Amino acid sequence: MKHKTFFWFFLPTAMAMLVFIAAPIVSVVMQSLFLPHEAVLIQVENCGPFGCTQQTSIDQEATQALRDAAPMGRFAGLEIYFDRGHLATAEIAQAWRTSDSWGAFFGELNNLPFYRAMAFTLTYTFTVTPLLIALGFFIAVGVNSVARQLRGFLIFFSLLPMIVTPLVGSLILFWMIDARGILGNLIQFLANDPDLSLKASTPLMWVSLIVYGIWSSAPFAFVVFYAGLQTVPQDTLESAQIDGATRWQQIRYVLVPHLMPLITFVALIQLMDNFRVFEPIVGFSAQAHATSLSWIIFNDLGGETRQLAAAATTSVLTVLCVALLLTPVLVRTWRDFKGKA
Amino acid sequence: MASKAQEKPVGLRIALTAFLVVWLVAAAFPFFWTLWGSFKVELDFFSITNWRAALTGPRTEFTYDRPFTGAGYAGAWLQEEFWRSVINTFIVCFFVVCISLTLGTLGGYALSRSGHNYVFWLLITALIFRALPPITLVSGYLPPFFQWNIWGYLPTSIIVLVAINQPFTLWMLHSFFQKIPKELDESAKVDGCTQFQAFRHVIIPVMWPGVITTGLFSFLLAYNDFAVTAMLLSESNRTMIPAIAAFLGTTQTEGNVMFAVAAVVSATVPLFIMVMFFQRQIVSGLTAGAVKG
Repeated sequence: MKHKTFFWFFLPTAMAMLVFIAAPIVSVVMQSLFLPHEAVLIQVENCGPFGCTQQTSIDQEATQALRDAAPMGRFAGLEIYFDRGHLATAEIAQAWRTSDSWGAFFGELNNLPFYRAMAFTLTYTFTVTPLLIALGFFIAVGVNSVARQLRGFLIFFSLLPMIVTPLVGSLILFWMIDARGILGNLIQFLANDPDLSLKASTPLMWVSLIVYGIWSSAPFAFVVFYAGLQTVPQDTLESAQIDGATRWQQIRYVLVPHLMPLITFVALIQLMDNFRVFEPIVGFSAQAHATSLSWIIFNDLGGETRQLAAAATTSVLTVLCVALLLTPVLVRTWRDFKGKA
Repeated sequence: MASKAQEKPVGLRIALTAFLVVWLVAAAFPFFWTLWGSFKVELDFFSITNWRAALTGPRTEFTYDRPFTGAGYAGAWLQEEFWRSVINTFIVCFFVVCISLTLGTLGGYALSRSGHNYVFWLLITALIFRALPPITLVSGYLPPFFQWNIWGYLPTSIIVLVAINQPFTLWMLHSFFQKIPKELDESAKVDGCTQFQAFRHVIIPVMWPGVITTGLFSFLLAYNDFAVTAMLLSESNRTMIPAIAAFLGTTQTEGNVMFAVAAVVSATVPLFIMVMFFQRQIVSGLTAGAVKG
């Protein structure tokens, strides 16, 4: 295809991505480097029959002039990145000097919003991803071994937790694990503690969020692995059987190696997707126990005061973390491309 | 063919069946439970005394003389005007799907038919854009949208969702177009067609399976979005998912939690029907990227 033809075909989609993805990224980075202007204050002295009073008020004209002169705000450099709401370097140094044990240090760290969110996000990402792959794999092996007529039915219901809107899915589970819901009741019965409430305990809340994560993403792993199982070479499987491999050995030495590229694929995709965990925290109203980077951005942007600079800074930090997780995918795509060329 | 050697021992078969049944219950039961419970009053669905109340509904029967009531639905749809959000959602989804498929087929087709080096870099850029969490872009949208006074309207959200959707659409359609043999449009061009005419008369008639699959995923993205629509739409233009989130904040008073339950069930039904009709396309779409690379 000629360059010119290519250009006209690609122009509309390129415009959409430039204006609404690339430009906002630039704007977010810029916003994270500037602080809003402080209002110009003036002191006015009011003198009356009972003495003089000092009054401080905002000089609207001067403030407006300042805003017009530099509409971006005043340049702050990396100041916002290191403040208490983000990387909090000063606070960490302080905690490092004053705390005498690791426990105390991590306790201090847990009071800083960014590290609190990071702790949950990383725990969530790195527990949910392996567990959902394992669950998805066993469902795929299980479904692959039942009669053909049943499979469509099983796949239909297995897809539901993934297809349904994340916020809706998490609300459905949340209402069930409510102390007055059916699962909440069951847990109280099993633990023999009628006052047990998941909402009141941080570890239990983390566990429920992780269970939700596995429940909602396992179907994706299942579908991918199930498709992979249809292409397993029967000859290899038969020769393994003739060599006396047990069922477990067949899975371990034939199926898993055959599915390995797919397992890597699912792991890479899911690491990135789980890192942006957000809706379940809203659905479970879990912000008192667990927050994530995406949730912090949402919280800063919402409400009466839109803290754009703070949200932009967290956004940039999130993008950097995603970029780190994305590198293996990019390397893989690069190798594929070179291999094909 | 299953031979004697591949037959499973009874113990294994029981364990396997038990595992699948447990998964099936875990996957499907929450939906049916919530559907059933949405026709009860709050004191039955969230019963302090006995969980079986959600099944039989004694309080619902006491209040309405029947064990079922549509009060939650009436409250959500009429009193809280959830129907507005439903209409908004379908407007947004319809336009997002149409526009992103139009842009995506043109772009994806060009990518699949050009052998130049920049194709790879464009695809890599799209992959990076696809990996960005949409919420990180929102603080970049707000200042200009406020300044130009376009914040809060449906068309603004539609165009933003189309753009966020483009990277994924491009990747998917690119791989579908690569499966359509190049010889088709090459021969059309030999017969004197321009590239666009070849696309129009030769490729468009055969591209529908791939386009429908991609369209389903565009629909899901627009339908399921919470972060962007919650931030970019004003209260009167809300789509379903932000509206449900708003219910949680405002309707914690007695009885009104059932409004949220009814709204949640209402938002699940279209997805349920979609999976029922398009199961095969969804499965093929999910696996297309994976099996290829």
